[in-house]
Amino acid sequence: MTALRKTALWRVVNTWRGGLALAVLLLVALAAVFAPWVAPYPYDIQNLSATNKDPSMAHWLGTDEFGRDVLSRIIFGARTSLAVALTAISVSVTLGMCLGAAAGYFGGLFDRVLTAVVDLTWSFPEVLIALIFVAILGPGLYSTMVAISIAYLAQFARLTRAQIMAIKNETYVEAAANLGSGHFHILLRHLLPNAITPVIVAGMLATGDAIILEATLGFFGLGVQPPKPSWGAMMSSGTAQIFLAPWTILGPGFAIAIAVVSINLFGDALIEALDIRNRVRDV
Amino acid sequence: MLNYSVKRLLLLVPVFLAVSVVIFMIIHLVPGDPIDNMIQIGSSPEQRAVLIARYGLDQPLLLQYAVWLRNLFTGDLGDAIILRRPVLELIAENLPHSLRLGGLAFIFSTAVGIATGALAAVFKDSWIDRGVMALILLGSTLPSFWLGLLMILLFAVQLEWFPVSGARTWTALVLPVLTIGLHGVALVSRVTRAAMLDVGRRDFVLMLHAKGLSHRRIQLQHVLRHALLPVVTILSLRIGWIVGGAVTIEFVFARPGLGSLLITSLAQRDYPVVQGCLLMLAMAVMLGTLLGDMVQAAMDPRVRDSLK
Repeated sequence: MTALRKTALWRVVNTWRGGLALAVLLLVALAAVFAPWVAPYPYDIQNLSATNKDPSMAHWLGTDEFGRDVLSRIIFGARTSLAVALTAISVSVTLGMCLGAAAGYFGGLFDRVLTAVVDLTWSFPEVLIALIFVAILGPGLYSTMVAISIAYLAQFARLTRAQIMAIKNETYVEAAANLGSGHFHILLRHLLPNAITPVIVAGMLATGDAIILEATLGFFGLGVQPPKPSWGAMMSSGTAQIFLAPWTILGPGFAIAIAVVSINLFGDALIEALDIRNRVRDV
Repeated sequence: MLNYSVKRLLLLVPVFLAVSVVIFMIIHLVPGDPIDNMIQIGSSPEQRAVLIARYGLDQPLLLQYAVWLRNLFTGDLGDAIILRRPVLELIAENLPHSLRLGGLAFIFSTAVGIATGALAAVFKDSWIDRGVMALILLGSTLPSFWLGLLMILLFAVQLEWFPVSGARTWTALVLPVLTIGLHGVALVSRVTRAAMLDVGRRDFVLMLHAKGLSHRRIQLQHVLRHALLPVVTILSLRIGWIVGGAVTIEFVFARPGLGSLLITSLAQRDYPVVQGCLLMLAMAVMLGTLLGDMVQAAMDPRVRDSLK
């Protein structure tokens, strides 16, 4: 028990914001995983005699233009949003970390090229980068994932590179090299473990942005294709019903807001608990 | 300053080339034959031959790129497949709408952001400060397109103060500018507040207090002036983000503009238009960043020296 109390996670859960955020995130994740059992209706059952119905006891958040249950579609939509955001950011963090670590450690031409590319993409908004890659790959679930992971790649490469640069001349690295350790061993055993925490936390915070970006692409009609539900696409079809059924926009919007705000609160609490604010921000 | 401007302009050349290569490659990377992606279905072999000659599609890729680049500089961006018009014409039609929206949103976020940030710093820890901080949290976490939809629901559908969509009257600009602006205000006022609090701790401020100047005068005349530098830095770094915001918000409000044109063309796979729009938007980001850097260099000699 004492070991548990010393962990950063314990300190996060102990703050009211961190604890609340984690509880909400767990709830959303559980609802997504167990969607078929949690959702009151299947996501694609149409009922054309009950279209655009107000929220009621039978349909807590109302029905959409095909008479589908909005709440059920939000719960199933959580699967799309979370799966896309988590996959894209995991890929982005892993790739960015490899590139950034190699550039920071070895320096030279590779570092210069990578820094130039990263600086170039830095000034471009993520949505524009993602749109370029959706243009190449065509609309759909997988191209959304690829586009989002590329859009955030520069951020993680830059962050990892800075972390490695800060510690690569420490005495313990020199000692390891003098003892005959190879570059690969030094990077993997000595440098990355000391550099990884801020990158992981930044990845967590970026997951919130990725949920928004996924929803934005879905809203443009370039993400997951119907009838599969996604929060962005639901809002997009809701705009046509804005006078008739505003709840078709409000529901998924609140879902996104709740998920993203929780991720940000939890990430901020984690940064406080780990005391790494300077290391995450200063890049 | 002239020295810096020339060097900074020259730096734009490799950046432009890199971006143009990526955009040029789109038509070759999408599945299928580039000609099929550029031409209407059911075109005659003669029409295909004309297109092949125009873009040198039987030539090596590098040469094709050179031809494409040359056409670009003569204003030939190709023809839209679906709309059957020159891409340049479509862009010329839509660009003013985007410029108006982006420009107003930029002015709004800068002016209101600096004002609220300064207010929060001057009245630190008061209810004004707390209110501004809450606004910042809201503006930086809520997805902008949802914010736009909420504004439509409240001000256009419920209160009927503004039109729901389109760009027929100037009132149609209010909600889109506010939507993009709230994100900008959040960013600018956060930086302004932090910079002013930081500057306020310096020795010269203590000196001014010792001289007997009033708190308000010190804050507005001396601290704010020094704090503007980081604000300009962040603005020049994140100016591209106004472009991104405009793309999204145009689509939400069904306004004409480059963003709407890009997204519709993407869905219709009208690649010449997609290329043209992406190129224009990338140029907007690059020129915006350039302008920001110039302003920064004009204000801070250290920035000028960084390119020596």
